[in-house]
Amino acid sequence: MSTLTEAAVESAVRELTYAEAIREALAIAMEADERVFLFGEDVGVYGGAFGVSGDLVHRFGTERVIDTPISELGIAGAAVGAAITGMKPVLEIQFSDFVTLAMEQIVNQAAKIRFMFGGKAKVPMVVRLPGGSGTGAAAQHSQSLEAWFAHVPGLKVIQPSSPHDAKGMLLSAIDDPNPVLIFEHKLLYKTKGHVPEGDYRVPIGKAAVRREGRDLTIVGSSIMAVRTAAAAQKLAEEGIDAEVIDLRSLRPIDFDTIAASVRKTHRLMVVYEGVKTMGIGAEISAMIAESDAFDFLDAPIVRLGGAEVPLPYNPVLEKAAVPQEEDILAAARRLARGDA
Amino acid sequence: MKADTDTSARRPNQRPELAAIDDETMRGVLRKMHLIRKFEEAAEASYMRGLIHGTMHLSIGQEASAVGATLALMDEDYILSTHRGHGHCIAKGAEPARMFAEFFGKENGYCRGRGGSMHIADVDGGNLGANGIVGGGLPIAVGVGMSIKAQKLDRVAVVFFGDGASNEGAFHEALNMASIWKLPILFVCENNKYGMSMDIGRAMAVPNVADRAVAYAMPGVVVDGNDLPAVAAVAREAAERARAGGGPTLIECKTYRLRGHSKSDRNLYRTKEEIEEWRSRCPIRRLEAELTAHERFTPEALMTIEEAAQAEIDAALDFAKASPDPDPKDLTRDVYAD
Repeated sequence: MSTLTEAAVESAVRELTYAEAIREALAIAMEADERVFLFGEDVGVYGGAFGVSGDLVHRFGTERVIDTPISELGIAGAAVGAAITGMKPVLEIQFSDFVTLAMEQIVNQAAKIRFMFGGKAKVPMVVRLPGGSGTGAAAQHSQSLEAWFAHVPGLKVIQPSSPHDAKGMLLSAIDDPNPVLIFEHKLLYKTKGHVPEGDYRVPIGKAAVRREGRDLTIVGSSIMAVRTAAAAQKLAEEGIDAEVIDLRSLRPIDFDTIAASVRKTHRLMVVYEGVKTMGIGAEISAMIAESDAFDFLDAPIVRLGGAEVPLPYNPVLEKAAVPQEEDILAAARRLARGDA
Repeated sequence: MKADTDTSARRPNQRPELAAIDDETMRGVLRKMHLIRKFEEAAEASYMRGLIHGTMHLSIGQEASAVGATLALMDEDYILSTHRGHGHCIAKGAEPARMFAEFFGKENGYCRGRGGSMHIADVDGGNLGANGIVGGGLPIAVGVGMSIKAQKLDRVAVVFFGDGASNEGAFHEALNMASIWKLPILFVCENNKYGMSMDIGRAMAVPNVADRAVAYAMPGVVVDGNDLPAVAAVAREAAERARAGGGPTLIECKTYRLRGHSKSDRNLYRTKEEIEEWRSRCPIRRLEAELTAHERFTPEALMTIEEAAQAEIDAALDFAKASPDPDPKDLTRDVYAD
């Protein structure tokens, strides 16, 4: 097309916050499908603890944007029951930490019902989980527990890093006939980015190469993909050409994209906020070690994960407990220059 | 509609709960109670003969609560069941042959052999599944109730659970939500006196599970769980109220499991005398005795029903034994829906 209409130009530059993008996805899904409803603690007139649901209750009413009692196990089970009988519930767990109270229903029920019943049921539910550190919320409101769920067959686990992906992936999740957990980083809610109008989908299970490079591969998701992309810019100024992969989905994981990158760069670093041991980095490292991409490695794989500690309250300590941009820079320099 | 030959109305001395069940319905009730008993006796025998790989939880002695609580249900209504769920499944109309096939882990079982005794479900038949987690079905029932309401369906959900489950947080959360949203749910507690080995007297601070209904502002009814007409009457009233928008009811059926908790149970926590005493309150024989006393069925007619049930179970067992095992190449099938 040679010319763009004014509306298209506006759409092309339109920016929304991550929270607004999620709200827009919810509105689109609820407009399009009567079976979709949002429920959770304080998602109604309060607008959600992080303002994500905002005015949705005024647009869709209290029958479709439902405040619930503080009963995480109960509401997770309610999502399962609604999903297996024809609805498409979207459940907000106020802080992802509180999902520990709902583990039974998500892990024992939602993830297994289809399989246990011989394929005769579907559980099309979405659980939205605000997670991550950086807000001074301390040890019980700051965790990154996504790897726990990525260990469970029957669940899908996604971690979008941008407003664009948050909207497109949430719409994919609502459409998915399986239980999907979407971990939304609290620090991302106010970040802005281009978000197209209308309905579009970002597929679950497909990583994005955010920056192509030759010297090393850095894999991260959610806010770590953002920090990694920022770090890669600075590395470029220093002459280090990093390839940045935004994982986006943990289960299913897009291993092919990672392996292809490792074959090209010969160096791999995995950055994640969850506790380092037994985490996402371990899994990706092991997958590489088990594959032919292993033969292409010129240096040991580097895992940059959260410290072996509950998240502290003090801001200096809190920052020190999870990878920051400068940590990524330092680790990438060591890896790229071979002095790891 | 009662047939001309129906005797139920012509016996004036019957209690109303019994008179409310006409002969044709009663034949169905007896058939299902016998099917449950004989299914489980055959399951137990199969286990003893080493034919069963996994575990099982028998509800022998609890047949009246399963059949009574579901008597007022329509095909499209829902049930959610427990680890001790064979009875609920048959009561909702499942085919014993496909249940046995599941019990044997066979490909043509209800869950293609992937679930086994503890996870039999018949989603098309409104059975949303037995559940291996104590109290697991309770919050799920809330979602089913929300679904019924949102879709404006004329349906109810019956969720079975045991006395032990009423001590789970899930019980409290589910009953509270069902009540604030006036959901069409029957919470049917089969209080069989023991949570595995722990006597309810040691596990609960109140004498009745139904007493807990007060906390959720819903009716709480205690009923003799071995008295089928009584259970059916209470459940019918609760279902009618639920359909009319009156919200949930907590029904406590006082009953007893005559067998152990599972195959590992050595009955160290109860006496032989107690078991024998409850055996004399067998819900099937008790119902049959009342029916013959009121001359609604002859002993011969009752025997015919029982024999037919036995034949059905024998055939179901043969079907299961002859069924194919799943193919290991299909191991990871149905983890996800496409």
